[in-house]
Amino acid sequence: MTRYSFGGDEHIFVEIDEEMSLDAFFKSLSITKAVREAQIRGVTEICPANASFQVRFDPDVIAPDAMLAELKALESAAESAPQRLTTRIIEVPVFYRDPWTHETLMRFRERHQDPSGTDLDYAARVNGLPDADAFIERHHSAPWFVSMVGFVAGLPFLYQLVERERQLEVPKYLRPRTDTPKQTVGHGGCFGCIYSVRGAGGYQMFGITPMPIYDPTQTVSYLRDFMVLFNPGDIVRWRPIGREEHDHIAAEIEAGRWAPRMAKVDFDLAQWSADIDGTNARLMEALNGN
Amino acid sequence: MAIDVIKPGLLTTIQDLGRPGYFHLGIPMGGAMDRLALRAANLLVGNPEDAAGLEAVFMGPELEFTTDATVAVTGADLPVLLDGEEQPGWSAIPVRAGQRLGFGYLRAGARAYVAVSGGIATPPHLGSRSTYAIGALGGVQGRAIAAGDRLPLGPGNAARPGLTVPEALRRLPASPCELRVLPGLYWHRITGDSQRAFFEDEWKVALEADRMGYRFRGGRPLEFVPRRQPFGAGSDPSNITDACYPYGSIQVPGGTEPIVLHRDAVSGGGYFMIGTVISADMDLIGQLQPHMPVRFRQVGMEEALAARRERAALMARIRAALA
Repeated sequence: MTRYSFGGDEHIFVEIDEEMSLDAFFKSLSITKAVREAQIRGVTEICPANASFQVRFDPDVIAPDAMLAELKALESAAESAPQRLTTRIIEVPVFYRDPWTHETLMRFRERHQDPSGTDLDYAARVNGLPDADAFIERHHSAPWFVSMVGFVAGLPFLYQLVERERQLEVPKYLRPRTDTPKQTVGHGGCFGCIYSVRGAGGYQMFGITPMPIYDPTQTVSYLRDFMVLFNPGDIVRWRPIGREEHDHIAAEIEAGRWAPRMAKVDFDLAQWSADIDGTNARLMEALNGN
Repeated sequence: MAIDVIKPGLLTTIQDLGRPGYFHLGIPMGGAMDRLALRAANLLVGNPEDAAGLEAVFMGPELEFTTDATVAVTGADLPVLLDGEEQPGWSAIPVRAGQRLGFGYLRAGARAYVAVSGGIATPPHLGSRSTYAIGALGGVQGRAIAAGDRLPLGPGNAARPGLTVPEALRRLPASPCELRVLPGLYWHRITGDSQRAFFEDEWKVALEADRMGYRFRGGRPLEFVPRRQPFGAGSDPSNITDACYPYGSIQVPGGTEPIVLHRDAVSGGGYFMIGTVISADMDLIGQLQPHMPVRFRQVGMEEALAARRERAALMARIRAALA
């Protein structure tokens, strides 16, 4: 049941569902798209989130009640819209168990649920998997939706494209760290993320990508047009790499010669629900031609 | 046509009225925390209201001018010194090339705004010169100003020395400061007793008070309405499935210390929020010092909009006084 609430006199906050689900995410995405296309005067920000969204408006231009009525009308229209999306799948190389996140997780061990092992060991255990290798395998064997971009600049929240029983869930650190390496691949609750900048964080750390995803200087070749890589609705495929390839990619990016593999894909939620593994395999294969 | 930074102050950043439009990518609007003060400072020196100036917190910088200019300092009551001689606040001050602008000790408020005729002309990013330090965006190479920086100025214009904002139109928070709040968002997650306690208790500004948000201490912890945590929300009762945060929204991690998000807000996360400080009172937060007593007062939408109109009328009176 969709819930509307005013966030002061400049925001409307819309909760599609208290729980995370692909249905709620799709609905949030399709209503926010409709709001954008409706070009309502006075709307200044449209922010989709995992299972909710937020619209910021100027109450001097559109009265809060009128804004609310516009959103409710768009919700009914979005309700009947097919849950389909044309988007991009982006391959992100990950160096699991890298030395940098390892150094950081050791430094903040006393803030962790299990100081005796690594974040990956813990993640494997709480998900009933035999070891870290098995967890890593699950982590990259199915693609992930970018279900929200935010917290800080350009940080993607990721939700794996598997049914709820197969979702990887890991609690956040007991107390947040004051440091996380830039481009850390993390996980908290049912969400994955890539830390776009160095800083505080509470998600478990599994690895690192050599690939910048936010570049305010816009010098990285694939971030020249815009400083943020991800948009809500993008799909991510992790590709495990080792130290050698990590260093090679980092050097190639530095030289302006590397860009992530991407492909345009169509995603149909009903089709996916009917054949999850088959649809996922086709999504990941879409990258092979590129 | 520049200003040389001799001493940077505590944390002085270039700010204009911000870069709305990118919150969906985690980039906050930024801009002056006390927007009215920056607007007034710009008007005093003949700039457009949205020109970039300096926001100095608690302690002012020391600046040397390479050109003749007009400056104005508004916001916090921070004594303005020109070559060591005190100058009036909220007033246009003529400065000659080679003179130094400095500041005394803070008397009231938290943030002073320094506008210079022509405005600070560092390169804009995403339509704004505002400094967003977490994202290394805007300002001087994405950071606060530092000793040795040379801040370029735009072309000067017809500033009129002697101009001043009448005292009656200047605003600083009273003590205790009252912040008006529209309850909402996840307000239903706390018990009726806690809803009352939040507005009854006196809170104090904590040390963790910056451009991202202001934390408050001293009130009773909030009690939650029991529920089974939804899938995707964390295990703590104050957790929600990660969602967007409105500017001014009040999150209460663990139910203990409310945090009001401000202009450099994180755009979202997994903490529930109990309501939002109304737009008319956001500027006041930027002028709160740690340890200041604060009370939150519950208002409805009508009152929030009336307060907003009142705030706009105040700004219109400032414009008229400086026209």
